[in-house]
Amino acid sequence: MKCCRGRLFTRWRRVFLFAVTVHAAWFRQWEGKPGRFFRERQVCFGERTGWRAVFGAGMLHEWRREGNTMIKLVDVEKTYYSKAGDIEALKKTNIEVREGEIFGIIGLSGAGKSTLIRCINMLEVPTGGKVFVDGEELTSMNEAQLRKARQNIGMIFQHFNLLASRTVYDNVAFPLEIQGMPREQISRRVAELLDMVQLKERADYYPSQLSGGQKQRVGIARALASNPKVLLSDEATSALDPQTTKSILQLLRDINKRLNLTIVMITHQMEVVKEICDRVAVIENGLIIEEGSVYKVFTEPQKETTKEFVKTVNDIKIPPIIDTASMKQAYFPGSRLLVNLTFLDSGDAEEGKEKSAGADQPLVSAIIKKFGVDVNILSGKVDYLKDMPYGTLLVELIGDEKSIAESVRYAKDAGVKVEVIGYVG
Amino acid sequence: MSDNMLELLLKSLGETCYMVLIAIVLATLIGLPLGVILTVTRKDHIMPNALIHDVLGAIVNATRSTPFIILMVAIIPFTRMIVGSSIGTTAAIVPLTITAAPFIARVIESSLLEVDRGVIEAAQSMGASPFQIIRKVMLPESLHSIVLGITLALIALIGASAMAGALGGGGLGDLAIRYGYQRFQMDVMIATVIVLIVMVQGVQSIGNALSRKLNKNKLS
Repeated sequence: MKCCRGRLFTRWRRVFLFAVTVHAAWFRQWEGKPGRFFRERQVCFGERTGWRAVFGAGMLHEWRREGNTMIKLVDVEKTYYSKAGDIEALKKTNIEVREGEIFGIIGLSGAGKSTLIRCINMLEVPTGGKVFVDGEELTSMNEAQLRKARQNIGMIFQHFNLLASRTVYDNVAFPLEIQGMPREQISRRVAELLDMVQLKERADYYPSQLSGGQKQRVGIARALASNPKVLLSDEATSALDPQTTKSILQLLRDINKRLNLTIVMITHQMEVVKEICDRVAVIENGLIIEEGSVYKVFTEPQKETTKEFVKTVNDIKIPPIIDTASMKQAYFPGSRLLVNLTFLDSGDAEEGKEKSAGADQPLVSAIIKKFGVDVNILSGKVDYLKDMPYGTLLVELIGDEKSIAESVRYAKDAGVKVEVIGYVG
Repeated sequence: MSDNMLELLLKSLGETCYMVLIAIVLATLIGLPLGVILTVTRKDHIMPNALIHDVLGAIVNATRSTPFIILMVAIIPFTRMIVGSSIGTTAAIVPLTITAAPFIARVIESSLLEVDRGVIEAAQSMGASPFQIIRKVMLPESLHSIVLGITLALIALIGASAMAGALGGGGLGDLAIRYGYQRFQMDVMIATVIVLIVMVQGVQSIGNALSRKLNKNKLS
């Protein structure tokens, strides 16, 4: 009996320990991002929060993908009619932005991205299609309804567009004045907002006395004054230096997390997309040519334009000692194969993509041992896509034709993204 | 120059100030809304309306192209209707106002057009109504430029008021013509011109200073 109880106890203890381990492992992925944790839960399980929601953990992957839609564009078109000829700035565009995500729209100038973002708050009235924001159809509203709806959509601009004749305080108070908020309430809210963007001491300054970054902070505070659910960012960092850009992006990210604010940003800088966006759409000639999670678009760009954009932040630099002029695509005796390996984070892979090999596998040493090739590392770096780390290694594989081919296949099977550059002598 | 003359000069100065100041106030009251309407009804502005814009534009142009001396005589019946008399300083205010109003409308239009489209767009994106945009964005943002425009109009009016003598309106210009020119009193002529120069200088300086104070674009 005693022994039996002991065994039973051991068994239960095992079950318990197993449960703890599973939970601990699952929780680990949320480490350091409690805000996101709760947000995701709310998105996934509607009104169910806390532990009740945790029991739905298994469905997390499925459900997160379907988070509430905040912005929806259905067949939106914009054509500028003129005697010289009609210009189709935007061709049938369909976009869905989920609540709480940062959605990037990237394109070269003239691609139609400005028109697209202006269609979302109807600063440009589309010539066709429907626009929904927060469940309401903006395209069917009259002027007064539209003005009301716009208070739910903040916007920031490349050139800040602050009122030069008003102080920082009065600029932030402006949207509240428009809504007819009482004076005392305005002053409380403005103080709150200025605190958030760390410009409390500058309340009485005029915009011309501020730096670019400070002006954009005022712009952000102003855009958030009426507690909007959506923030549209029209090239908000394009006029800023890299340092300031980083700090503004950081601020936007904080706000996104803290307020569960949905952000749509258009940009021509891949750096910006890489830094803060969850998903991205690439626009060209008024048409969305590619769309998906930043991770996917980044690591597997399909279209030429997308590849160009990715290259701007992710260019492989082959050291000058390598004679690339004599590079061949086929093996020749004594040649070495130049490959670029991308190690993706093995954490949550989005959009149904299978988990890829992470840095947790000793790939390089495995290749060396298994196939007897030599691996010469030419360059390498670890970078981040939003919070997700990924590493790239530029290596030379030295060995005979067969073992090199097998090594490449092995690496691919392990889930590492292998980009074969060519054989060099 | 006798005391008598000095007295005459002061009286004329008073008349000029009276005519010009009242005319500029009335002209601004008429010209401001006109200028605003001319601006916002433009094709790509906040309340596009080609009909209103074109009709108002035509009226403004017609008034502006009529020489003041002719306008003054042409509207005598209208002046009499309003003031009750077509002769005198007060009567001169009517044609002065009518000639200055379209001028001010155009000056204000060009000031309002200087307001950055982006700032107006920002206000629209916050849900501001056209009236709020005019009152809270366009006018405050261009106020420093409008002040300069009105200064310009004021100086033009001082010039035009010299012709008010034709309606027995008096004023410095009238004095210079009647005494300085027609009676060959060179000293009166010179004194009048000096007073006018000082006046114009003063108006311009005050206008510049006020505009500079209102302009928050170039602070350091």
